Amino acid sequence: MTERTDISRYAVRLGDDALILGHRVSEWTSRAPFLEEDLAVTNVALDYVGRARMFYQYAAELEGGDTTEDTFAYTRDARAFTNLLLCELPRGDFAHSVVRQFFYDAYALPMLQALKGSYDDRLAAIAAKAEKESTYHLRRGREWMLRLGDGTEESHARMQAAVDELWGYTHELFEVDELEQRLIDSGIAVDPRLFQHDWHDNVAGVLREATLSLPEADWSIRGGRTGHHTEYLGYLLAELQFMQRAYPGLKW
Amino acid sequence: MTDNVVALPSEEQFQARIDAEEKIEPKDWMPEKYRQTLIRQISQHAHSEVIGEQPEGNWISRAPTLERKAILLAKVQDEAGHGLYLYSAAETLGITREELIDRLHKGTSKYASIFNYPSITWADIGAIGWLVDSAAIVNQVSLQNTSYGPYARAMVRICKEESFHQRQGYHIMMTLMEGSDEQKAMAQDSVNRWWWPALMMFGPHDGESAHSAQNMKWKIKRRANDDLRQQFVDQAVQQAHAIGLEVPDPDLKWNEERGHYDFGAIDWAEFERVVSGNGPCNRQRLAHHVKAHEEGAWVREAMAAYDAKRRARKANVA
Amino acid sequence: MSDHMQLYEVFIRSRRGLDHKHVGSLHADDPEQALEYARDVYTRRSEGVSIWVVASKDITASQESDCESFYDPLDDKPYRHASMYEMPEGVDSL
Repeated sequence: MTERTDISRYAVRLGDDALILGHRVSEWTSRAPFLEEDLAVTNVALDYVGRARMFYQYAAELEGGDTTEDTFAYTRDARAFTNLLLCELPRGDFAHSVVRQFFYDAYALPMLQALKGSYDDRLAAIAAKAEKESTYHLRRGREWMLRLGDGTEESHARMQAAVDELWGYTHELFEVDELEQRLIDSGIAVDPRLFQHDWHDNVAGVLREATLSLPEADWSIRGGRTGHHTEYLGYLLAELQFMQRAYPGLKW
Repeated sequence: MTDNVVALPSEEQFQARIDAEEKIEPKDWMPEKYRQTLIRQISQHAHSEVIGEQPEGNWISRAPTLERKAILLAKVQDEAGHGLYLYSAAETLGITREELIDRLHKGTSKYASIFNYPSITWADIGAIGWLVDSAAIVNQVSLQNTSYGPYARAMVRICKEESFHQRQGYHIMMTLMEGSDEQKAMAQDSVNRWWWPALMMFGPHDGESAHSAQNMKWKIKRRANDDLRQQFVDQAVQQAHAIGLEVPDPDLKWNEERGHYDFGAIDWAEFERVVSGNGPCNRQRLAHHVKAHEEGAWVREAMAAYDAKRRARKANVA
Repeated sequence: MSDHMQLYEVFIRSRRGLDHKHVGSLHADDPEQALEYARDVYTRRSEGVSIWVVASKDITASQESDCESFYDPLDDKPYRHASMYEMPEGVDSL
């Protein structure tokens, strides 16, 4: 296993997170609670799809041959996708999407800040661009957490339900496998364990301010990084890949 | 004292201002009918943009490449933005967005009937961008000179942004026409379905249009429906032929004398049928909008409640 | 419970050195949110480097009925415009 292959797989992993989450966010377009939010949420989707493209393009260059960004997005089956499970869960109600996004952005921002210091210049450059986006996403996310958590009885209940439901998927954010460990050792990948406590403090603080309770869930689900996905991903891919599957090998 | 009485603004003064190509601005006196006509037209235009998100939004999750996905997202987002600019313009006339949306949901305010057709294949995303947006732009360019200031300014902004919309649509069609036989057939089938509805977007012949004359006089409308339609046909036919697409009109023929294409008769019965609720997607489009609005109610309520709490806390501290 | 959001007017400085210019309005619940939505709605093509939002209800506007007393009296002071003063041949940059 060469380092080049490792980096490519790592870039695809980050691209998968971005694509699958971006796809879910884009499901809100034309369905947001009001028009201003429709535009705002679509901006987030655009940021994530753009981020996926940057990571995939880099991976494609490393792989060489005929590989393109679309090879990764459109021609792999679920088992080959390595996104975090949190990213693939259905959008649910607006509370679910807000909480998922907040949990993920609170993780993405310190991740990208650290990745800016990667010995791999391309990853560092992508991280620098994405960091600015995530700073804005997190600001938006925090405000939504407060508004909906501390809004009406109904919004509070919906938010608490979403927090409880999604909590078990957050442990996976901080797990490191052999591939990542090798790249961490060579100063290329980010070690998420380094900011796990900060993440927890940050999330706990916002939950408290939003009058929501920290879940005491005794369950956690993992498997995204090894392709052990939920059943939801297959349907997402069936839609995402429909054209390339129905009409393989054509230009669009 | 009587010397200084300011003459009451009158319909004649208003018309004189319009005739002098001056813009009417929100606080100006205007005939009630002018105001109502504008509210009707601007809100219909706004609803069209927002409902127009749906047929294209239908393909965001299935766009065939990541680049197309990003372009489509940006484009549909622009439609939402245009809806917002137009609601803003309508609100300057003393009506709220809530009232306008309520009228849409009750069916008393319409949207462009073209969006009652389905986007069945990927080629439809090309056809909508190219034909539907081109038709919209021909109309909107003429409205940049409309007499009501906020509407005219919204149009300027929208036209600037829309130029990428028709190009990306045409680019999709062009790519299909350079592709496999199946792709070419997909493109042609799509043009066959969208061509006539696009021509209908300009509305009935001017002689038969209920509001045309008054709207021209008030310069709400700047060019006749048939003029605009002719301009669209002339440019779209040339664009179709340039990439090998046929226009589904056996009567289409270049008229040397007029310097324009002659084209066949529009099936206005079909138009009426769709406008009056019998298009393939009328019920679906409205239901989609109502559902999003209703599902968003708890979010909007929570925002208001949070804001009230925060104000109360601030007041307590002070 | 009312879900009626406030109307905000949006002003954008498109480039450093230029004035903020009115571009339209939007709905939001508070000024912070209005600012973010202004960013999302009105600067999708990097149209701005600075944004102002103002609650529409906080704007005091002159009325059309004020026109004569407000603006007409300012219309008879040609001496405030450089173009009134004719300069002799050969004198420029003045």
